[in-house]
Amino acid sequence: MPASLPRILMALALLWPLASQAGDANDFVAANPAKQAKLLESWAAQPDPARQPLLDALQQGRVAADSSKTAFIEEAGNFSAAEGEAEPASPPKKLRLNNRLRGLLQTAQASHQLLASEASVRLAAAQQLQKSAKPAQLELLNARVASEQDAAVRDALALALANLQLVDPDPAVRLQAVRLLGETGEPLARTRLEALLDGDSETDAGVRTAAETSLAQVKRRLLVGELLGQAFSGLSLGSILLLAALGLAITFGLLGVINMAHGEMLMLGAYTTYMVQLGFQRLAPEYLALYPLAALPVAFFVTAAIGMALERTVIRHLYGRPLETLLATWGISLILIQLVRVIFGAQNVEVANPEWLSGGLQVLPNLVLPYSRIIIIGFALFVVALTWLLLNKTRLGLNVRAVTQNRNMAACCGVPTGRVDMLAFGLGSGIAGLGGVALSQIGNVGPDLGQSYIIDSFLVVVLGGVGQLAGSVLAAFGLGIANKLLEPQIGAVLGKILILALIILFIQKRPQGLFALKGRVID
Amino acid sequence: MKRRPFLQSTLAASALLLTGLFPYTAQAAETIKVGILHSLSGTMAISETSLKDMALMTIDEINAKGGLLGKKLEPVVVDPASNWPLFAEKSRQLLTQDKVDVVFGCWTSVSRKSVLPVFEELNGLLFYPVQYEGEEMSPNVFYTGAAPNQQAIPAVEYLMSEDGGSAKRFFLLGTDYVYPRTTNKILRAFLHSKGVADKDIEEVYTPFGHSDYQTIVANIKKFSAGGKTAVISTVNGDSNVPFYKELGSQGLEATDIPVVAFSVGEEELRGIDTKPLVGQLAAWNYFQSVENPVNTEFVTKWKAYAKAKNLPNYQTAVTNDPMEATYVGINMWAQAVTKAGTTDVDKVRDALAGQTFAAPSGYTLTMDKTNHHLHKPVMIGEVQDDGQFSIVWQTEGPLRAQPWSPFIPGNDKKPDYAVKSN
Repeated sequence: MPASLPRILMALALLWPLASQAGDANDFVAANPAKQAKLLESWAAQPDPARQPLLDALQQGRVAADSSKTAFIEEAGNFSAAEGEAEPASPPKKLRLNNRLRGLLQTAQASHQLLASEASVRLAAAQQLQKSAKPAQLELLNARVASEQDAAVRDALALALANLQLVDPDPAVRLQAVRLLGETGEPLARTRLEALLDGDSETDAGVRTAAETSLAQVKRRLLVGELLGQAFSGLSLGSILLLAALGLAITFGLLGVINMAHGEMLMLGAYTTYMVQLGFQRLAPEYLALYPLAALPVAFFVTAAIGMALERTVIRHLYGRPLETLLATWGISLILIQLVRVIFGAQNVEVANPEWLSGGLQVLPNLVLPYSRIIIIGFALFVVALTWLLLNKTRLGLNVRAVTQNRNMAACCGVPTGRVDMLAFGLGSGIAGLGGVALSQIGNVGPDLGQSYIIDSFLVVVLGGVGQLAGSVLAAFGLGIANKLLEPQIGAVLGKILILALIILFIQKRPQGLFALKGRVID
Repeated sequence: MKRRPFLQSTLAASALLLTGLFPYTAQAAETIKVGILHSLSGTMAISETSLKDMALMTIDEINAKGGLLGKKLEPVVVDPASNWPLFAEKSRQLLTQDKVDVVFGCWTSVSRKSVLPVFEELNGLLFYPVQYEGEEMSPNVFYTGAAPNQQAIPAVEYLMSEDGGSAKRFFLLGTDYVYPRTTNKILRAFLHSKGVADKDIEEVYTPFGHSDYQTIVANIKKFSAGGKTAVISTVNGDSNVPFYKELGSQGLEATDIPVVAFSVGEEELRGIDTKPLVGQLAAWNYFQSVENPVNTEFVTKWKAYAKAKNLPNYQTAVTNDPMEATYVGINMWAQAVTKAGTTDVDKVRDALAGQTFAAPSGYTLTMDKTNHHLHKPVMIGEVQDDGQFSIVWQTEGPLRAQPWSPFIPGNDKKPDYAVKSN
């Protein structure tokens, strides 16, 4: 008997659509949230293509109601009646949905999109239903599985259906559903299957054993996703550390300047990004999405210029006096922070991700790789390659290496050491500026931005071995991955402490870092 | 564009300091000095700067109405620079050198804890405007923010209700310091009382200023596979930006896993692109979007003030809960001074008990007769794409605060009136 009720409803639905749909929008607007939830559930069970515009408008928050509870749909600032002809009795007020309704709306949308003509839309809808289908949609899904032409969509639908069939009274149907669920990597499938292992809720022994096999398969797939996810976040953190530290690898690593103002170069790079974004908003809003690209050269030159100015005015006079350099650059960093605070205010500024840096790539059901992070990893490698080329394949690079290895000898050979110092410092600062552009896309942009990266930067350079680019690269990715491996086990706070302790031990054993310069190097 | 207001305000502030240092004897007798103790630099500047401005606006407003007891109010602004020991030093300076009659200030619990001994020793008067973990009731402090039963507990009850998504599992995420730890201790006890088992509660802490939330968001995702999950966030300060950004880029939406935050308000959302956050929740006692005439006037006044004073980014000025609490606190203090006819701390304290004020939240708030806390309504709001909150749930009326939470063992023996902590 229980199955007959949905059938009757289904039959009614077939007869009803034309009559009921006339009032859908107005019904919805007039209802209270509990009734709205019921409406959405019933729509999800009986999709009707005529309702699609209403659902789209609801999802985009364009549905409004006037004082007489008549529904209006906003289109570019104008309100037109959702049904029939009507003028708003009062200025329409936009309908606000809460989370529960928004969730039900998604499900209802998905049901309706099953009727769409494009297979890709149907596939997305079926995947959504795998997560959120309700028992009331059983009939609908059964019907769609039977009539679906596209194989991929049919498989996705069958999975969505299987979730509902786990409570089917017929053990054979349940067995079929359990086997099917073993094919997915969906995290929810695991919980659903685990519920079946219990003898009280699942009476059929065959289904229980099948559930066990399926569960093992699902778990294996989930584990793969998890491990890949951890590896990716390690790489991502490593690439961020690398971008933060690479400039320091030149100013501290090659020139030997203990540059406490390095973090502020990152910060200035991020603020330059903000300024470029503002400029685009004011002058060329149509190209706004491209502002991070435009910010790269601007940030490089701005920070490089500031770095060179600092080198000429302050740091040049302190070569060979590390303690004074440390104090002077620390003072400079405080001055720069305060300066930014005076100009931009103490509050963080908003640097919005453009469209192409938002969202992520769904690789596995439990693994999403955010675009911003993928691009930052690529960018970090690009900057490393550029720096390596510059240091090893250009005359400037040759001079820089010569000066770092033996200043007097280089000077005797006619290398203008003062100029080389200035350019190398500018290069380091400019690279830090590039790092700042990348950091602005994933974190806060505020006057204190640099402070949170300066310690990590020094860690990377010291661990990697002073004077070695390769060391910094290895150290950055090593630290990133170690951090991300430890974090899930012992938490972020302890993880950070443990990493620091390990680095201290490592430096005790090997003060020169991972890579050491060989040969006659003047300290 | 932005350099000027700062210069002006620095000049104004230094002028204030100068008048503080070299007061005209005649003028000193004619003003009532009001201390403002909020960090204007350092990590907390993000949240506290607007409270300083709100306090100045309220003082201007009282002065425009003729001041108190025939005297003008004179604000004394100091900057404790997000440095906890400096808070104690600056409050001692306010009370002994500037001889202020009352202080409005502090945000983090750790700053309040560090000034508390100073206020108790010198019998000063502090108004604290931020929601906190409770477990404190000093005769020298009036708490105009929420205690746990006025924010955290109703929020969790909402998440467990049908409208809130009937959450069964809870991921408690916080910054690692006293407020989140205590709040989560209370919440865990509360969840136990509701029959939620320990395996369905996960507690995770991050350091101050943590910026890499990849692993945590991945863990939330994993945890949520075990049943309808809600995240309760006591993440404080600017770590919220990377946390919400990561939620957005990993595709976690509020419809799947709602995040309810206790320290994220309109002001914090100004630094974020809010489109991926639509539907995320916050629990407070006031939202800018509350609709009533008092609030409309309050918001208009604040926007006009921000524009007139050329505050940074005044075009997007917003009001939030701690700003409202500051506004209510100063006004209640002014009423109590008028009632007492003096600014003497002991007399004002007595006059404050039972004081009422029609607040922008739309309710007439009462200062409790004994426990130094405000009776406050609780509201839950969902983030909208314009950075405002739409209120989805609220209590019938104001609730009395329970600073000694019944969910912490031993609190039932604590007295329900203020006693010095040592």
